[in-house]
This record gives sequence, C-alpha cells and structure tokens, in this order.
Amino acid sequence: MTAVTLPVASAVGSKTRAPRRWGFLARRLGFYLAAAWSAITLNFFLPRLMPGDASSAIVEKLQSVSGQQMTPSQLESIQKIFGDPSANLGSQYIDYLDQLAHLDLGISVSNYPTPVSDLLWQGLPWTLLLVGVTTVLAFLLGTGIGTVAGWKAGSRFDTVVSPLTIFASAIPYFWTALLALWLFGFHLGWFPLSGGYDPDVPSGFSPSFVLSVMRYGALPAATIVFSALGGWLLGMRNMTVTTVREDYVLLAEAKGLSGRRVMLRYAARNAILPNFTGFALALGHVVGGALLTEVVFDYPGIGYLLYTSVQQRDYPVMQGVFLIITLTVLLANLLADSVYILLDPRIKEGA
Amino acid sequence: MRAAFLNSWKVRIGLGILVFFLLLAVFGPWLTHLMGLNEQANDMSAIARPPGGRHPLGTDQFGQDVLAQVIVGARGSMYVGLLGALVGTTIAILVGVPAGYYGGRVDGALNFLTNLFLVMPVLPLIMIVAGYLQGTGLTTIALIIGLSGWSGGARTLRAQSMSVANRDFVRAMRMLGERGRRLVFAEVLPHLTGLIASMFLQAMIGAVMAEAGLAFLGISDSSAVSWGTLIESAQQQSAVLRGMWWWFVPPALCIALLGTAAAMINFGVDELANPKLRVARPARTARTARRLAQAGANR
Amino acid sequence: MTVQVEQQRPASAPAGHAVLEVRGLAVEYRTGHEPVRACADVSFTLRRGEILGVAGESGSGKSTLITALTRLQRPPAVTTAGEILFHGRDGAAPVDLVALDRKQLRRYRWTALSIVLQSAMDALNPVMRIGDQFVDVLRAHDRTLGKREAWTGAAELLALVGISADRVRDYPHQLSGGMRQRAAIALALACRPELVVMDEPTTAVDVVMQRQILAQVLRLRRELGFAVVFVTHDLSLLLELADRIAIMYAGRVVEVGESSALYHAPKHPYTQGLRDSFPPLHAPLRTLRGIPGTPPDLRRPPTGCPFQPRCARRMEECAQRLPALLSVGPGHDAACLLNETDDTGGDTR
Repeated sequence: MTAVTLPVASAVGSKTRAPRRWGFLARRLGFYLAAAWSAITLNFFLPRLMPGDASSAIVEKLQSVSGQQMTPSQLESIQKIFGDPSANLGSQYIDYLDQLAHLDLGISVSNYPTPVSDLLWQGLPWTLLLVGVTTVLAFLLGTGIGTVAGWKAGSRFDTVVSPLTIFASAIPYFWTALLALWLFGFHLGWFPLSGGYDPDVPSGFSPSFVLSVMRYGALPAATIVFSALGGWLLGMRNMTVTTVREDYVLLAEAKGLSGRRVMLRYAARNAILPNFTGFALALGHVVGGALLTEVVFDYPGIGYLLYTSVQQRDYPVMQGVFLIITLTVLLANLLADSVYILLDPRIKEGA
Repeated sequence: MRAAFLNSWKVRIGLGILVFFLLLAVFGPWLTHLMGLNEQANDMSAIARPPGGRHPLGTDQFGQDVLAQVIVGARGSMYVGLLGALVGTTIAILVGVPAGYYGGRVDGALNFLTNLFLVMPVLPLIMIVAGYLQGTGLTTIALIIGLSGWSGGARTLRAQSMSVANRDFVRAMRMLGERGRRLVFAEVLPHLTGLIASMFLQAMIGAVMAEAGLAFLGISDSSAVSWGTLIESAQQQSAVLRGMWWWFVPPALCIALLGTAAAMINFGVDELANPKLRVARPARTARTARRLAQAGANR
Repeated sequence: MTVQVEQQRPASAPAGHAVLEVRGLAVEYRTGHEPVRACADVSFTLRRGEILGVAGESGSGKSTLITALTRLQRPPAVTTAGEILFHGRDGAAPVDLVALDRKQLRRYRWTALSIVLQSAMDALNPVMRIGDQFVDVLRAHDRTLGKREAWTGAAELLALVGISADRVRDYPHQLSGGMRQRAAIALALACRPELVVMDEPTTAVDVVMQRQILAQVLRLRRELGFAVVFVTHDLSLLLELADRIAIMYAGRVVEVGESSALYHAPKHPYTQGLRDSFPPLHAPLRTLRGIPGTPPDLRRPPTGCPFQPRCARRMEECAQRLPALLSVGPGHDAACLLNETDDTGGDTR
C-alpha cells in the first residue's frame, strides 16, 4: 500500500482536501470487503477441496458422539457448510451464504451439541483482550524506545538495545512463553500456570474478578509483548535514523527548538508513518503469537479453541474460528488505515 | 560491493552462524557418530539426566541424548527452512516482479492477491489446511509454509521492480520492441538479486520458526526429527513442569541464533543499501567539539 | 598562516560595523584513517546589512562552511579550529559561536542567524501546517507570546513574501515550489535575525522564479537590514546580487573582494577562469574558456597551492608553498603567488 501524492500541489486551499482523503479510505474499505468475501468463499471451498468427504465424516462423528441419528435439518445445515454431493456448487454456495447470514456456523463435534457460534462468543473476548492490549503495548514501547535509539543512533544505547531486540524477536513466541511459564510460574510461583481467570472467583465486572483476569493474563501478555516489541522498535529506529537526516529536521534544529521537540514533532511524527503501513504484517505476527501463547498457557481464547479443534478434527469449529479470526484481522487493518489517514495529510487518492 | 558487505561486523557474525548451522545440517549425523552419540539409542540408565558426563546436554524422558537430537534436528529444520524459503521466494518473484513491471490490470490482479495474503492470518490458515490433510511430512509442511508466506516479499519486489521498470534504459528497450518476458528476466531481475538474496534469508528463518511453531501445535511429521518436534515432545512430556530445561532450551536457542543471524545479515545489508543508515559514532566528534569550546572559553 | 587585513569600507556598501567575523575556521571529516579537511583556514568579515556571496565548485567546501557557521554539522564533520565572532545589534561583546555549548547556542539560533536551505520542498515539515512551523519558533524564542498573537505573526510574515494569509493553515504539499521557497525565506526572518545564510536557494527553481525570489530578498534586506551570506556555484548570479564575493577552492578562500573588483580585475587564476566561463549578456561574443581538470581529492590534496595542478600560470614555487591570503587592493584579498612576485597578477578589462 503506497501513498501517492499529486506531482503539483493545487493552488486551492484546504477545502478540496477532505473529500479526497475519504476517497482513499473508501478504496481501502472496498479492498477489505473484497478480502472478506474471499475469506468467506475460501471457507466454502476448503472442505470441498480437501481429500475425503468432510460432510459424511462429520455426520458419522456426530452420530457416534451423540449416539443418535441426525435430524434432517441438522444434516442439511452440515451439508450446507461442508459439501452436499447431491446439489451443484452454485446452489450450495447460495445456501452457504444464506446460512452465514443467519450467523449459523454449524454445531461443534467435540462439544456436542453446542453451536459453533456460542463457542466463538465465549472465546473471542479473551483473545481480543490479549491481542488488543499486547499490540498497543508493544507498539507504544517499541516505537518509543525505537525513536530514542534512532535519535541517538550509534551511541551506546543504540548499539546495545538494537541487537538485543533482534535477538529477542528471533526467539520463537511459544518458547518465550514456555520459558516464562517455567521461570515465573513454576519456579518462582509469581503467576498462575494456566487459565484466563481464577475459577473460584465469580465472573462479572467485580474488582476481584478483574484483578484475577489481570493476574492470569499478565504472563501471556508479557511474553507476546516481549517478542513483538522487536519489530516495532527496529522499524522505528531505522526510520528515525533516515528521517533525522532530512532537511526539515536540520532546519528545526537551526531554529533553536529544544531537542525533545525536534525529536518528537519533527522526526518521530514523520518516522512513525511507515509503521502503520506495515501494520498488517505485524498484526499477522501478533495473531500467530497469541495463538501459540494461548496454547502454552491454556488461555481460554479462540486460539486455544482452534488448537483443540484441530487436534480433535472438529471441522465445524475449525472453520468457524478461521472465519472469525480473518474477519477480525481485516477490521483491525481497516482501523489502522483510518488512523493513518488522520496522521498523514499528504494522502490523496492512494494506490 | 561484496567487500564492503563483508566489512560490516553484523554481517560477518550473521553469516558465521548461518554457515555453522548449514554445516551442522549437512554433516550432522556423521558428527554424532564421531562423537559417539546416537540419537536413536535409549539409554535406560540415564533417563532425564541433566547435562554432564556421557551426555553433554543431558537426556530426555526416554533416555535419548539431547545433544545428538539437536544436531540431527538441525537437518530437519534446515531442510524445511530451505525448501519453504525456496517455494516462498519463487512465488514472490513470480507474483511481485510482473506486477511491478507490467502494471495495469496485471498489476491490479496480482496486487490484490498479494494484499489478500498479506492481511490473511497465516497460522490459522496453515492449521486448517494441515488439519484436513491427514499426516504431513516435512516436505508438505515446507510447501504449506512457502505457499502461505510469500506475500511480504511479493510486495517489496513489486515496488522495486516498478522503479526499475521506470528507469530509462528499460523504457528505451520496451520502445525498441523487446519482449516483456526477456526484459523481465534479463534486465529487471539482475537488479533485484541483492534484494532477493536478503528475502530468501528472511524466508528461511521464517520457515524454520514456522515449522517449529507448527510442530509445537502438533502439526508436523511426528517421525521426523527437527528442532520443532524436539520442543513439542518436550512439551508433551511436561518438561517445563519437571524443570528439565536442558531439553527444551537448546533447540529453541538454535532457532533463536539462526533468527538473529538472519536479522543481523539483513541489518548489515540494509545499512549497505541505504547509506543514510550508516551512523558515525557521535562520541568522538562530541569530544572534539567540547575540547574546542573549552579552548575558546579559556581564551 | 593568514594575515588579517583591515577591511576598508567601500563606498557602495551600506555603512556599518562587522556583524560576523570568521577567523581561521577549519572543519574536518573524521572518517577512516585520515581526516579530510573540508575547510581550512577560512577567514572573512561580514558587515551589517551586507550581502556576501560565496562561490565555488562542488567540493570547494562552501556547504561545509555553511553547516559550520550555523553549527548544524552532523558527525563525522567536526570544527577543529577557529572562531566565529558574532556582534549583536545591542553592542554587547562579541560572542564566539564555536565555543558556545548547545544550550547557550540555542538562544542565538534564529534570533542572531538563520538559514534558508537549498530545497524548500524538504525543508518544511510535511506533517505540520505552515503556520505551525512559524508559531513554534516564535514561541520558542519569546515565552510571553500567546498563541493567537503567534499565528497573527505567522500570517504577517507570509504576507511579507506575498503569500496570502489564508494559506497559513495549509500543509507544505499544498503550496507550489516557488511558494514554499518564499515561505522558507519568510520563516528565516521570523525572529528578525541579523544574518541570514542562504544555501543555493534558487538552484531548484526556474529562472523566472529565481528572479522574483532574489528581488524579494533584496527588498526585505532594505526593509529589515539583515546581512546575507549567499552560497552558490553560480558566480554570474553573485556578480549581480552580492556586495562582496568570496571564492572558495578546495576548502580555502582564494579570493575575496567587491563584486565589481572581482569581475573586472580578478587577482586569482581560478576566479579568472570562473569569470571567463560564462558569456556576458551585452558584450561582444568571445570564445568560452573552461577550467581544465577537476577539483582535487581532499584526502590527498596537492602540495602547495591547491589550484596549481590546473593553473595555466603555474610556477615552480606554487607546488612548494601555500600562498597566503594577502591584500591586493582596497578591501580585496587573494591567495596567489603571482600577486607576490609582480604587480600585474591579474588581467584587467
């Protein structure tokens, strides 16, 4: 995604600027809608492309698990998602979309008879909490420290911090999680070993519950932030180093402005922009990392759900989780793009 | 150019580590044989022993020597790394370069595809695909990894090939009627080799880490030995809870070292490609400035 | 070794005392094994309200001089010797800008001397409004200034260069190239400095815009009375614009004097070569002569006079002795051994 500025700035004032910005956003929105549609369609084709007949496999499993025959409506619903050998592809697709519109994602096999959507609603908030908090923290810390490292490039601070963070982000997520679990949970006993909250405390928005959520979430969040920090930090550091060489930073210094002001309003403010365009890639990593972290800590999010469902070959849940994750990531990217156009006044019609 | 490349200490360290692991991957089994270790053997007398004595890195739950497994595991991990990187980089080239060169509708379609895979959460996708496929060997894993991780490289290559395609010499050749395909391969690609090499490196380490992650989640060839499967079996046997750090630390350390190596090489390459990133040590010049100021004040 | 020459006041230049005295300035680039001397022994005096042009080829050290004067150097550049004495309007004792520490220096920045960079496209912060970039420097140097007054001040400054007040809330990319350059000039005058350094401010614009900008600079100088150090490679421009011109070669000042003196009676072969390399608009046609050869590699400067490898009037002594900057006329100095041996060192026109 590149921002393209017009070669000759218009002589007219700011009045015409506003509609062009929203044009950019509208194009991005169009892309995300297309991507969402692709994800939904992929979800449709995946079971039909894979070897074996997923539908009958599921039906068999369900019947063996529940010990009863499938009702025709249940059979129909399964076939809509996973493939109906009798109907043609086109009508199947319509039925599938129709079912999705009713937010019906099928019934879980391993958690029969819980519908998939219920499981998703249970797990989604936890993952959102984890991913949301850690992304924001990693971003703030990473760009903050990266700015300082880039501003003082070549100094002792920079030569120590930068290679260290490279190393830290090269360590596999799940391993950091394992190590943290062992050290802080097992060895030192500071944090609980698994779960998202204390099962003895009644759930709700009471302070004790919130506190227990924080306690249980601290270690998983810390490991994700530790690993995700590096990407933001290095990106910001490198961008700051090149930005500092720009003429407008030189001029800001010549104006006699305080060092801090130059660093923040002139250098960092410009250097941070590419970080938003790289957001998609970074978020992908965070999602993957959160997934692995949830597995290590038995954190009750949808990552953990995906893990267990893959292990048990619970196809309905697998598909449901994939769809939800994809749609959420697309939404997050759309948000990042919106923030970007607020920050960069040069956006007109973008590519 | 090459001489300057090797001058950077970051690059030298990175390359050194990389070469070390490559050699380890190739000569691993012979090495273990030479050292008198056998990764398959179950030493019943030394189950779950910490490092020491006959087993330099200790043994695991089954009495198998950890060091031997790590060395042999190098082969599995590097294989997936190389193959996955190969597949991923090839796709990135095939999608990114024509998109940047041809522009127009070709670009529109290919760019959409790239952006799609860019925003798609990769790990869940891999998990689903692997979940459907019963039984996945290392080669399949490598293929899946390559097929899902090419988008970042494709985006960079597209931007670069666009800028090369707009250079005057390429435009001139196009006007003279040179065929697009020949131009892309003979003229545009050579300018991108540095970038492609760096991407390949990144892709390799990405593939190794992805394989480790997948193995951890139980999606890998259970009979193959790689660093990932090693950590996974450690997790299965609750090595963490039993405090058997010598089991799960070495393989992860290897992965981390490899990752650091690739990152350092890229860091060095970045500095070379972008001279603005080369920084002089400020301390030396600051001292001179201070000395002068003092001399001036004393006058 | 440089002989300090007492400058006599030429009749045409505005009367006034010195605003800047540069003595023996030397700047080195600390890279690799051998430091590279980008500026060596640079000395000149700038009078209040005067326009001093600094001309030279690429690599002559003129850009290094600018960053040294304004203390905007980045590592590995370091000022290794010399002083830059600034004489304030208030008549206080002269301040050596080289010796100031960073905090003290900030008070002088923009209020004593300001700078206009070569490319205004890059000199303005792309994510800040134009007005904001005036406001922050106005308020940085005057803590009592309120926001509203600062914005009004910004609008007034833009009006000075002919940009209408309603553009004050625009972003830089919304202005044309010429407008941005003019805005940069207005910005440089924001704190009423006594000296403005201009680094090739017209190189990036077309000839028509160049004319307008220069006319504006001259007008503003008449109104506000600041001095200008105008650095460029275009000697013909300086001959029209500057009161006095300094010619730099290989990091040294080789000739300095009034514009007309340098044009009609240059006392250094390099100046002669420069003058002869562009055609006069009104005089009869003559063959253009360039200067053969290339500027020296500063890592391995030639022995003696840096110009001698390319000089058509080179003598044996030139490779052995570095010529000092000596007076060759009222307010006119040159560094050439030819002036020391006979009195007809240069040609006259």
